Amino acid sequence: MLRGSSAVAIDNERNKHPSDVIAAASAARARRSGRVGLATASRSTSDPHPAEMATHELHPNDTLTTLKMESENLKAKLEEERAKLHDVELHQVAEKIEALGQFVMKTRRTLKGHGNKVLCMDWCKDKRRIVSSSQDGKVIVWDAFTTNKEHAVTMPCTWVMACAYAPSGCAVACGGLDNKCSVYPLSLDKNENLAAKKKSVAMHTNYLSACSFTNSDMQILTSSGDGTCALWDVESGQLLQSFHGHGADVLCLDLAPSETGNTFVSGGCDKKANVWDMRSGQCIQSFETHESDINSVRYYPSGDAFASGSDDATCRLYDLRADREVAIYSKESIIFGASSVDFSLSGRLLFGGYNDYTINVWDVLKGNRVSILFGHENRVSTLRVSPDGTAFCSGSWDHTLRVSEEEGI
Amino acid sequence: VFTFILKFQHDHKVSLPMEQVIVAMQDPDLGIKMKNQRLLITVIPHAMTGNDIVEWLMKKYSIMEEEALHVGDLLVRHGYIYPLKEPRNLVLRPDESPYRFQTPYFWSSQQWPASELDYAIYLTKKNIRKQGQLIDYEKENYNLLHKRINHTWDFVVMQAKEQLRASKQRRKADRIVLECQEQAYWLINRPPPGAFDIREHGPERRNRLTSRVQLVRLHSFIIHQKKIHDRTFIKYSEQYFSHDPMMHGCPPSNPWITDDITHWALNTNTVSTPTKLRVERWSFRFMELLSDPLGRLKFMEYLEKEFSAENLCFWEACEDIRHGENSRIPQKVQEVYKQFLAPGASKWVNVDSKTMEKTLEGLRRPNRFVMDDAQMHIYFLMKKDSYPRYLKSDLYKNLLVKAIAPQETKRSVFPFMRRHRHSSPNPALVAQALEEDGKAKRLGSPRITSPATSP
Repeated sequence: MLRGSSAVAIDNERNKHPSDVIAAASAARARRSGRVGLATASRSTSDPHPAEMATHELHPNDTLTTLKMESENLKAKLEEERAKLHDVELHQVAEKIEALGQFVMKTRRTLKGHGNKVLCMDWCKDKRRIVSSSQDGKVIVWDAFTTNKEHAVTMPCTWVMACAYAPSGCAVACGGLDNKCSVYPLSLDKNENLAAKKKSVAMHTNYLSACSFTNSDMQILTSSGDGTCALWDVESGQLLQSFHGHGADVLCLDLAPSETGNTFVSGGCDKKANVWDMRSGQCIQSFETHESDINSVRYYPSGDAFASGSDDATCRLYDLRADREVAIYSKESIIFGASSVDFSLSGRLLFGGYNDYTINVWDVLKGNRVSILFGHENRVSTLRVSPDGTAFCSGSWDHTLRVSEEEGI
Repeated sequence: VFTFILKFQHDHKVSLPMEQVIVAMQDPDLGIKMKNQRLLITVIPHAMTGNDIVEWLMKKYSIMEEEALHVGDLLVRHGYIYPLKEPRNLVLRPDESPYRFQTPYFWSSQQWPASELDYAIYLTKKNIRKQGQLIDYEKENYNLLHKRINHTWDFVVMQAKEQLRASKQRRKADRIVLECQEQAYWLINRPPPGAFDIREHGPERRNRLTSRVQLVRLHSFIIHQKKIHDRTFIKYSEQYFSHDPMMHGCPPSNPWITDDITHWALNTNTVSTPTKLRVERWSFRFMELLSDPLGRLKFMEYLEKEFSAENLCFWEACEDIRHGENSRIPQKVQEVYKQFLAPGASKWVNVDSKTMEKTLEGLRRPNRFVMDDAQMHIYFLMKKDSYPRYLKSDLYKNLLVKAIAPQETKRSVFPFMRRHRHSSPNPALVAQALEEDGKAKRLGSPRITSPATSP
């Protein structure tokens, strides 16, 4: 606010007709945006190939401006190379396929028990149990089918943004603002305090945003606000591999269901989705088409692609073998970010939980929305389809978790 | 070959999608038609009704009324549109209630801090106007501020009086509008106790780690890009269509809908007779067979008949190394070598000489990945040879024939009658029991057992 200005001047500013102010602001924004020039940059056929250009040595005389120009040119060339191989978008190929009919979504269970925002959840392999974590530090294990709470742990920190169920069903992992990922073996002795057996596994230098067990209870993959992902040995807490490459907070990750089981994808505040080789720690593929933070990434069931949800209010599908984005799931009426995404068992449907409290369901192949579910009274922060695809669970800032199913009628 | 490019951090302000909607709503041609709206005896210009907002959203975005009301309500809650009637309640009413667009000066995206000083001036104005009759929480805040910034209180009072004097010179309609605008702004920036704070975004995300130039590495695959395998996704979705409960139902019924857990009971890892859909899935791809513990068991039975079970055993042992405890790797690697790779090993697997050489080299410094090449070799051997033959075998064909194919039950005649929801043994409990029996294996999935043992 304009301190020291006269009261009248302030009022005049506030009195301006809204549309006049908007027009002026848009003009200013357009001027500021430097990106307009990229697409129209002239490219002659004699220009060197991006790969060659980039290996030129840096000269001491290179100023910031020339380097910046070069980087922009390189980026444009890369896009051009990619575009040359661009044939069609997924929805165009899927034109001939029958459209999906009407879908009805219904919430079948509402889990109440968290005293604050639910931030994360994960399914147990038994298809009915889940673990959830919230802002007040509580981590709860439920039998979602009966809605009974079976275990509860209070973490020594708030904002427990990550939690995961171990493949064996015998432990859960969680973490958040404590910058750690801890593993709690699930004891059935009612008198035993779960916190007593807690094992501190991962240590980051900023908040823990996501965690996942690999194929066993013995290894955990984590992502953090410190910009890295890491693979840990649970028993010893040893760091097995770290993954550097994101230019900002990493918000999400997902392990690939591939035959060789050696890759995973992560998404971050740098708008990038990176695919990593778990053996070498190298980033083997990178995608940057989102316009804002990527909150969630999830592999397509075959492992050939992955979907992402972002603060730019879109979800996107990236084909790993074609190495590019092949679909965007968006609607002009959806103006809030997508916080979490997951596929139905066949990969035909993509579920998106959004910051506008809704869940939108997309036809992955044709690109249109097939259903919308209202019900949560605040942001949907987490969403996972159950292991056998019979239902999906959504967690929200309204303190509840809901298990819902989707039926074609 | 790796290429490097220099990547600069751009600091663009992306226009909020919400603002784009608001701008579209105010488009002189295609936006909402604003009119004078009556508020008791005063006529407010440039206003619209709640109905106008809902109808415009429905038409513009081709959405149903429920969604339009939801979106419109969010616009009000975030302060981009404010009500003239009952201005303390930031909700969208789909009726003739009058609303106006918030001036951009007050948009929540402007991001200049709503300072204590400004709030103090606002509350002081209100206090003077209402002659001391402020609402509870506003009265509390006023008193708190009075204490905290007491040293500038003269300035606060002076500003408040100036602004009140200026506003007295305005027409009543303008005065009402300005008061509502300001009130909406403060309802958002100083929400009443108990109200949800829409400014809350969770822990701060730092969008840039450094402001310096950052080197970005790109893989050389740029040069080797493949065309999009267009039909991959279509084929996959079609193949799994009838297996997807959300697309095709769930025999006999989806437990979440009918509360009947038969579907789960029929698909545990220890059933004697698997279901038809499940056995079918094993034929879709090799990984599908291997990742199902029951599938793997049946496949092992077949391999034993073919005297090539050692391949699968080797693969499982390698998985155990890759995903087991770090401390046990050297020991496990030795055992695997003795059992499967050493000359004269009891379960000798046929690995090509080049892979064997590489593996033996790696054994000198055993790590989690030392068996990777050999494991992959055996995996593809099984995939290309044993797996296709298995699918043609009598063993598999019998499984298909004998498989259970439950009828999909019709919805209960009395859908409101809920069945008893059976609990199931917690996997941790089961594992504990097994461990005590000494039968538990190290890795996870084989231990998950069937739910509901009691009727």
